[in-house]
Amino acid sequence: MNMLESSVNQAAGAAAGAKPYLQIVDVVKKFGDNTVVDHINLNIARNEIFALLGSSGCGKSTLLRMLAGMETPSSGRIILDGEDITHLAPYERPINMMFQSYALFPHMSVAQNIAFGLKQDGLPRGEIAERVERMLELVQMKKYASRKPFQLSGGQQQRVALARSLAKRPKLLLLDEPLGALDKKLRQQTQLELVNMIEQVGVTCIMVTHDQEEAMTMAGRIGIMSDGQLLQVASPGEIYERPNCRFTAEFIGETNLFGGHVVEDEPDYVRIQSAELPRPVHIGHGITGTLGMPVWLSLRPERVGVSRQQPVGDGNWAAGTVHDIAYLGGFSIFHVRLPTGKVVKASVPATRWREEAAPTWDEPVFVSWADNDAVVLTQ
Amino acid sequence: MMSRLLSLRDSRDPAGRAARRAAWWQRLAPRGRTLVTAIPYGWLLLFFLVPFLFVLQISFSEVEIASPPYRALVERSEDVLNIALNLGNYTYIFGDPLYFDAYLGSLETAAVTTAICLLIGYPIAYTIARAPEARRNTLLMLVMLPFWTSFLVRVYAWMGILDSNGLVNQALLALGLVDAPLQLMHTQLSVQIVMVYAYLPFMILPLFSNLVKLDGRLLEAAADLGCRPWKTFLTVTLPLSKNGVVAGSMLVFIPAVGEFVIPELVGTPESLMIGKVLWMEFFDNNNWPMAASVTIVMLALLILPIVYLHKREEKALARAARR
Repeated sequence: MNMLESSVNQAAGAAAGAKPYLQIVDVVKKFGDNTVVDHINLNIARNEIFALLGSSGCGKSTLLRMLAGMETPSSGRIILDGEDITHLAPYERPINMMFQSYALFPHMSVAQNIAFGLKQDGLPRGEIAERVERMLELVQMKKYASRKPFQLSGGQQQRVALARSLAKRPKLLLLDEPLGALDKKLRQQTQLELVNMIEQVGVTCIMVTHDQEEAMTMAGRIGIMSDGQLLQVASPGEIYERPNCRFTAEFIGETNLFGGHVVEDEPDYVRIQSAELPRPVHIGHGITGTLGMPVWLSLRPERVGVSRQQPVGDGNWAAGTVHDIAYLGGFSIFHVRLPTGKVVKASVPATRWREEAAPTWDEPVFVSWADNDAVVLTQ
Repeated sequence: MMSRLLSLRDSRDPAGRAARRAAWWQRLAPRGRTLVTAIPYGWLLLFFLVPFLFVLQISFSEVEIASPPYRALVERSEDVLNIALNLGNYTYIFGDPLYFDAYLGSLETAAVTTAICLLIGYPIAYTIARAPEARRNTLLMLVMLPFWTSFLVRVYAWMGILDSNGLVNQALLALGLVDAPLQLMHTQLSVQIVMVYAYLPFMILPLFSNLVKLDGRLLEAAADLGCRPWKTFLTVTLPLSKNGVVAGSMLVFIPAVGEFVIPELVGTPESLMIGKVLWMEFFDNNNWPMAASVTIVMLALLILPIVYLHKREEKALARAARR
């Protein structure tokens, strides 16, 4: 736990530079006996786009609602730009949120929706009109200014909701499942568009999502949440390539997990024996651990090669038979069953089979990987 | 010959028969739908439109000592068909200030009742709609519970409460707030109290069914955008519950205009309300044509503004759709 927390803080501190813009300090939220958010510490830098990623019920939405002020933390503090906002009412916070299904006011036109927040600030009419105009331009909805929300498509509603939450120039923008209400094709197209708009206005942004693709595409850093705890905070690449625990490894992308224990522990390499693999796995770097300590190995499918020739070397390969093939066009997923009964997934690009034909069902093959491909997980 | 044979064989074929039955059903199905919608139409035709036409016809006739006590509009003597439209009842209504005052009194009482029902009913409906779902049904039950006793019994109960030696006066005397009992019964106040009491559920129920559908996230969005709770109510909740307010107000206002029992039992003898006038024309004066005219004018007073508002709403909607 201690080790985990320090690594989380380190990552946040590194990205935040000297002084973090938003500090979430030891925040806990309990509903009755149920701890939904469990001692979260997180620092966010100015103009960062941060994604809280987790499955439903992991506490990410509750954390977001505490930032917006719709829930009060049971303990802990939230500091934004040097100001403690923990106990401010939602309408007193310089924070705006784009709601999950947008929550546009159905009785107001697009322009009125965007102007709503500005009116609360008592801005002069001319300035409101001007800022609404600029927002409409930003989200390319000028044509639809006088339409009512029910006359808009899902994508258009999403853009209006974004404009409404950006109109007040908040210090912090919160996005709750920003693209969850859109269909898949529109979602992919909108992801980068949304990031561009957010970067254009230059606002610090925290989004909550259960869609890893959305998080990886849009965010500069991702925090993986499970059971109210923040398990890992890192860039998308780091989270994918160097998960720090089993949950993260399995939650992000596909992986092959093997349970095992350390049989050789040297400063520059370790060997791990797994009951599920016929021979030990060689890792080309040392780990902080002891001999005999139980560990897990995470091996991404695209790191696993499939061949008919027996690989050289005494580790990092296994013989098996092709159990299943999922043809996906550019690449195929081979499910190779080892004699131990374990099925290893290998994602093989179509270009691999230029010289020879791809193996077929029940054909004996070898799976192999390089020294540093498997990631050792100690928890 | 061959084809006939084939078709004959077809008719014995069970699959062919099923297909034909399906086609027959298909032809019948839209008729079935018409039939279902025809039931309410038929009901309205038989029990609203036809009686209304009777009343309309009577309102244009002359009073006569006969049974029924009016002269028929259409009379045939030999080869001549006489249609006599008597406008006298209407000119009399517009000429005699008694009717004008009675209409005005009724409209005023109904308007005050509606306004007070709205003021009391809205917070109640809002509270019920925002209550946890488990408690909601209990609260709704409490609103509807009085309906399980007879309306008259409830009015009589109020007479007991408001009487000179009723509950209110006894309490006031015991507390020493007054020296002599207040005249509460048979005043405009008592009429208003009992009418608000009687019509309150008709305001609460449509308001509740409207407010319960209000998306809580809209209120959160308003707060998030810097809107304080009271202003959120005025700018979001209230405009969105407009339909509930209109429905509840109509359900209270329309029957309240023609209310007869409550003013009769707890009101003043002097204050004239149109329900009372109607009763007098019909039963005391036995002047059916006059009673019918009073009814038609009352109906027009209620329906014309509603039709106007409806038309305006439709135009606004059409405008919004065109944009």
